[in-house]
Amino acid sequence: METELQRPLPTPMTPEAMPYWDGLREGKLMLPKCGDCDTPFFFPRIICPHCHSRNIGWMQASGKGTLYSFQIAYRALNPHFKIPPPYVLAMVELEEGPRIMSNLINIEADPAVVKIGMAVEVVYEKQTDEVTIPLFQPAS
Amino acid sequence: MKELSNSVAIVGVDESDEMGTLPHVSQLSLHLQAIHNAVTDAGLKVSDIDGIFTAGQHSPALLGEALGITPRYVDGTTVGGCSFIMMVGHAVAALHHGLCDVAVISHGESGRSGTGVTRNRDTSLSGQFEMPYGFGGAPTYFGMITNRHMYEYGTTLENWADVAVSTRAWAGLNPKAKFRDPITVQDVLDSPPLFYPFNLLNICLVTDAGGAVVLTRADRAKDCAKKPVYVRGAGEGTEHTLVTNMTDIPHSKATALSGNKAFEMAGVTHSDFDHIMLYDAFTSGPPMMLESLGFCKPGEGVTFFEDGKSTPGGTLPINTNGGGLSYTHSGMYGIFPIIEAVRQQRGECGDRQVPGAKLSLVNGMGGMLSAAGTIVLSHER
Ligand SMILES: [Zn+2]
Repeated sequence: METELQRPLPTPMTPEAMPYWDGLREGKLMLPKCGDCDTPFFFPRIICPHCHSRNIGWMQASGKGTLYSFQIAYRALNPHFKIPPPYVLAMVELEEGPRIMSNLINIEADPAVVKIGMAVEVVYEKQTDEVTIPLFQPAS
Repeated sequence: MKELSNSVAIVGVDESDEMGTLPHVSQLSLHLQAIHNAVTDAGLKVSDIDGIFTAGQHSPALLGEALGITPRYVDGTTVGGCSFIMMVGHAVAALHHGLCDVAVISHGESGRSGTGVTRNRDTSLSGQFEMPYGFGGAPTYFGMITNRHMYEYGTTLENWADVAVSTRAWAGLNPKAKFRDPITVQDVLDSPPLFYPFNLLNICLVTDAGGAVVLTRADRAKDCAKKPVYVRGAGEGTEHTLVTNMTDIPHSKATALSGNKAFEMAGVTHSDFDHIMLYDAFTSGPPMMLESLGFCKPGEGVTFFEDGKSTPGGTLPINTNGGGLSYTHSGMYGIFPIIEAVRQQRGECGDRQVPGAKLSLVNGMGGMLSAAGTIVLSHER
């Protein structure tokens, strides 16, 4: 019997983002990176937003970053998101520069506890055979 | 655009017949009611319209078809709720160059009831990179910008509550506003927590509503029913769609760009304004917009609300219709601050009239400060 999914999963996964999703399945956080100006960016796309080159490669991120901003959700807006509130909606600034959205876990979902600027690290959570997502927790 | 300043006037404005919870009215009907009412306000006929501007799910072609007219100029720019404010600038250019003679900008949205609405949206980016974490809906994004503002500048939940209180005071003077009873800072702080840093009273209404604005060249405007309100300046800009790619949170590049262009075209500066309309989907929006527009230093936008400048009787009235927070907010709110600014410039606002209002600023955002439109309006040329 399949366990019920707790989160809405990406549909569709876009072709230009597949190295990101492939990396997550292997426990790696991959970022698109420009082959000309050497700058990593997010979201995955076929043109560099910094120098507009189409020479795009990929790099493995360290998985470390800081909490750039957050919200505490006291209710869910999406019926397919079934994790009971409160939970922490997180914007993480990765060590490499790009910011990504995620959840901050393994911390009390309380604005008096969660602090902007705190060091965070990635943890991988498998959803299905195809989809693993990056979550973050306070850095050890 | 400087030579286009004052070349076009807004001659008609109005809302749909009703606003609020309207399951018996389709989204298309909200458009058509608003257009008919605004054209009537101008002393014109539907058959006079030859330019249609609209954003959202219904194309300008559909509105033309539904009205039984064949517009010779259309614009369907859809970059969020500020699209209608941007379209004032687009209409000025089109009218000035004779691409059309009577332009209507129309909004209709069954935001609460979803009557006659298709809810399919492009989720290819958000679906991959935001929704798996519980994001979805503006309150889960705008709070990110807001919390970062609190971190950078030490702004507080009380500061945002001041905006709700000031705006509600204006709503109390507007018979068309949905919520009119006065509230206190404590009421806002005690309202149910939804998405920290937002409680219920920090977030706009969700209503069904329409609105429309009619424009024509200044020479023809003199023959219309009401006092013309001239478009002195207009500007726009866009920056991002995903908040993660907003470069300088909480400063909005799109807002700054739109304001600078509008002020330059109008030949005005901040201290010239005596009435301001800002897009208030959230209480933190107006202070941050004032900052990005250059009315004050970063972090100081809240002082306009804290010290009573913004409220009835204050020196710089802001959101005099009661705003998206208390008057109406269908989803893409941007048509409504234009309507209010025109009414203020005409002197039609009764109890909430800003005495002697001469220069109105209308600024709005699309998405999460992702796009912005600014216009400068005056009954004087
Ligand atoms: Zn590059």
